[in-house]
This record gives sequence, C-alpha cells and structure tokens, in this order.
Amino acid sequence: MRALALSVTGNRGVAIALAIVQWVARFIAVVLVIATFNFVLVHAAPGDPAQVMAGQSGAADEHMLAQLRAEYGLDKPYPVQLAIYLKRIVTLDLGYSYRQQRPVLSLIAERLPATLLLTCSAFLLSLGAGVLLGTLAGVRAGKWSDTALTIVSLLLYAMPVFWLGLMLVLLFSVKLDWLPAFGYVSIGVPMTPIEHVLDIAAHMVLPVTSLGAVLMAIYARLMRSAIIDVAHQDFIKTARAKGLRRGQIIVRHMLRNAVLPVVTVAGMQAGTLVGGSVVIETVFAWPGLGRLTFDSVMQRDYPLMLGIFLVMSVIVILLNFLTDTIYRMVDPRVSLRAAS
Amino acid sequence: MDRLKTFLRHPTGMIGLLILGAVVALAVLAPTLFPDDPWDMVGAPFQPPGSEGLPLGSDMLGRNVAAGIAYGARVSLTIGVASTLAALFIGVTIGAIAGYFGGKVDDLMMRITELFQTIPGFVLAILLVATIGPTLTNVIISIGAVSWPPLARLTRAEFLRLRGREFVQAAVCQGQAPLMVVLRHILPNAVSPIIVTGSLTIATAILIESALSFLGLGDPNMMSWGLMIGASRTVIRQAWWMSVFPGVAILLTVLAINLVGEGLNDTLNPRIARKVRTA
Repeated sequence: MRALALSVTGNRGVAIALAIVQWVARFIAVVLVIATFNFVLVHAAPGDPAQVMAGQSGAADEHMLAQLRAEYGLDKPYPVQLAIYLKRIVTLDLGYSYRQQRPVLSLIAERLPATLLLTCSAFLLSLGAGVLLGTLAGVRAGKWSDTALTIVSLLLYAMPVFWLGLMLVLLFSVKLDWLPAFGYVSIGVPMTPIEHVLDIAAHMVLPVTSLGAVLMAIYARLMRSAIIDVAHQDFIKTARAKGLRRGQIIVRHMLRNAVLPVVTVAGMQAGTLVGGSVVIETVFAWPGLGRLTFDSVMQRDYPLMLGIFLVMSVIVILLNFLTDTIYRMVDPRVSLRAAS
Repeated sequence: MDRLKTFLRHPTGMIGLLILGAVVALAVLAPTLFPDDPWDMVGAPFQPPGSEGLPLGSDMLGRNVAAGIAYGARVSLTIGVASTLAALFIGVTIGAIAGYFGGKVDDLMMRITELFQTIPGFVLAILLVATIGPTLTNVIISIGAVSWPPLARLTRAEFLRLRGREFVQAAVCQGQAPLMVVLRHILPNAVSPIIVTGSLTIATAILIESALSFLGLGDPNMMSWGLMIGASRTVIRQAWWMSVFPGVAILLTVLAINLVGEGLNDTLNPRIARKVRTA
C-alpha cells in the first residue's frame, strides 16, 4: 500500500488518502457481509420471516404482517429480498422494533453513548495499564513483582468477566460500601454539574475495571515479553554505550518498539471488548447497547437484535481503525513522513 | 516417551493436570456423590456453607450448591471439548485449504477468517443460540462457529511452511491426491501446534458457555455454572456463596486447562514456546 503511494507521487497526502480509501472499502465490505448474515439469520429462524420480524407474540396482526411483507418484498425471490434489505441498511434504515414500538436506529442511538463511554474507557485503561505493568515487569524480569504479574494474569485469563464484576460488587459495594453497585447515575439526588460528573465516574469504576481487567492482563504479558526481546537488541546496547540514562532508554528506545505487538493485539481484541460489554452491562444495569442486546434477545426482538449486531460490528471496526492509527503514530519504522 | 517425561517435569503443567483431573473426577462421579437430582430441593433455602449436608450452602429454592457444581462440571467439560472439536473441524479445514492451495484460494479463505475475527464473536454466538434455540447441541455448534479463526490461521501458517518441503513435494510428484498429501504428509507434521491451540480453545469455549448460560441462553434442562451465577445475581447481598463457588469452579477449570496448554506448548513446541496465545 505504502509502496504504491510512493510510486504514484511520493506525496504524503496521497499515502494517507489511500490508507483511508482502503479502510473505507473494508468498512463497507464488513457492513455488507454482516447485513447479509442478518438476512440469512431471519430466514433461518423458525417461522415466517414477517412473523419473526414482528416478534413472536402480540404483534401477529394480519394487516401489519401484510405490510411488512410488502415493505421487505418477502413474496419476491431471495436475491431481490436481499437487495431490498441491503438498500435499507445503506440508507441507515435498521427497521422497526415492534416490541418497543420505536425505530431500531433511535433505540440504538439512545443507548450508544453509554456503551461507547464504557468500552472506550475500558479499552484505554487496559491498554495504558497493560503497557505500564508489562514494562515494569519486563525490566524487572525474574524479580517478585514480575512473578506477581504472571500469577495475576493467569488468574484473570481464567475468570469469566461477569463473575469478576460480581465479585467486585461483593467486595466494594456490599462489604465495603465504597462504590455504587449498579446504574449510570444516582437517581433522585440533586447535584451540581461537577457532582454529576463525579457521580458518573463513581458508577463507572467497577464496570470499566471488570471489562478491562482481562485485556490488561493480556497486554501486560505481551508487553513484558516484548520488552525482554527488545532489551537484547543492538540499538539498546548502543544507547547504553552512548551513556543514556536507564529511564531514557526504557521510554525512548524500548517502549516505542515493544509496544507495537501490543497495539496489534489490542486491535484484534476489540471484538472481545464489545462482546464483554453485553455481560458487564447486564451485571451492572448499565444503560447501554449490551443491556439492550440482552433485553432484545430475551424478547426475540429480531429487528433490534440484528441492528445491534450491525452497530456493534461497526464499533469494532472503528476501534480497529483507532489502533491502526495508534500503530502508525508509534511505529518508529513505518512513518508516513518517509513518503515525502 | 521423552515428551511425556518433559511434561511430567513441567511444574505448572502438572499442577494444571492435577486440578483438571479433579474436575473430571467430579464430573464423572457426580451421580455417585450426589444421587439426588441437582434441581431438587434438599433443604431450607439460603442456608450458608457448612450447614447440615450442604457443604457449599443452598440456593433460594433450597437446592444443593455443591451438587449443582458437580453436575455443572459435566456440562462445562462436554461443551468445552465438543465445541473445540467443532472449531477444529472448521478451522483446520479452512486453514488446510488456504495453506495447501495458496494464491487466490488462500486470499479468499483468509478474508473470510479476518471477517470472523472482526465481528464480535460472543454477540454472534448469542444471536445464533437465540435463533436456533438453546439446546446442548446448538450451544456447541454456536460456540464452535465463533471459535475457529485462530485455528484456521495457525493451520494455514503450518501448511504454508510444510507445503514446500521435499517430502511433501515428493508425494505430490508421485501423483498422490491432494487429500492424501494433506492427511498423510502435512497434517501429521502440523499436529502439535494445533493440539496446543486446541487445548487453549477448550478454555475459551468454557468461558463463552458460562457467559451464555449466565444470560439465560444455556440449555434450560442442564445445571451449569453460568446459570447458577446468573440466578444468584439478584440475591448477592443475602447469599454470597451462591455466586462465589460456581465462579471458583469456572476459574479453577479454565486455569487448569490453560496451565496444561502451556505445559503442552513448552513440551511439544519448545522453539515457539509461549507465542501461541497471540497467534
């Protein structure tokens, strides 16, 4: 890709434009495939597709079913139906939730901020804490703090996130009464704007920690082994020979190189994070998409379920894009500036 | 035999094997240890651990938590192993086709694999179970359907590595059918990293199963650890034991499998030790 940019004009702007075009193409491909998959799922579900979309009870009114069939062209051949469905998705029409009597898009839009707040905080926390702890363990390889990190990581790998969340509630809310156990804000308490922000922050501590902990453990172990690998390379010896201080070597030379595999894996784990939000939001009654997923699945509200799946996949692609961008900024070798 | 000896000398691998052995024994002996149905009421509700005949307490319907854990071990292990076999079947097939044929076929297979790695697997598993119905078989299929991509990538990498080797080329030149070359010559040489990643897949599958049953999407006729935790969520203030013990059971089982997996990794792939997890 970059080589192509170089050969065309050697211009940095073109390289960036190409990167964006490539990313947009991937984005469209994923959205189309997920939409197709959703389409197949509706047809795979037991029962007539119109009834599946209308919900299994309450909404089975003949007039409405006929309207749905006409709207989605359900009497036409499959390829035509698929084309109609894809066209709706592309025009941001995710359908109507007959259970909630509201358009799917507005239901999702209402819940999206809470989920973005939760997942992005957990993502940044796990990445930051993982890199920090991994670096500390890597430069102290073999010492007790390094062993402690290994043991904690092994335990976190083996823990279901929802259980970790419940255990944190048990300790910090039930026993110690330090933090709220569920919800997004305290209800019915008059607050100044600053108190309001602090209140949300207090509600965020436990869900964000439980959601980010496992990923933090993964990043920390990766970072640790990357730091140990880098420490033996020639440019580190050179840096030492130049008489640089230990702190400078770690931050300027080791960290920048060692963090790359962590960033790559962080992008790959974005799906885990979004999937984890479903159980974490259920545990903490967090008013986001994950909780909405749970409700929609319990009610077999297909238009809503499928809409959420599409939007969650889009969030994952956006997180992937974010990590790609971080990678480009951090990588000392692949610099887009080299193109000019 | 040498490999067995190496494994037996692997301290954490052995710890894992011992814990895993205990969990398997619990699963096998569940009907002997707890002859009563785990769904039956055996005592007063909300009895704390250590009460008469209830070492781990009872739940809100007076059911024995210890019996639930023993029967839950059966579900977790069955689903973990069976869905991993399903994932192995899909992943190894796709990886083998991609790695053996290369070129455009490889490109296509890898794009599909990447796509499955991009979408949130757990959410997909939820949708699948909700659509095809929460039975034991369907849960296994759904978990298998979202767990195969790492296995496909690994198999592909191994196949690409082995494809150009002389003994494979020799078999191709002799006119052996591709399927024969794959099954007789390439796969046997790629099997050890696949075993290692497969063992770690069992651990992940158990975690996915527990999350599905926590959300109420497990087989409603099977006592499972995730279901027990899900049911105890609302009474966590009164009865901590109902959510603590099943979670400890999941933790120990998954930890044991991960430790055994790492032990196998160090034993079978000494050179690429400890890199499999991120593959």
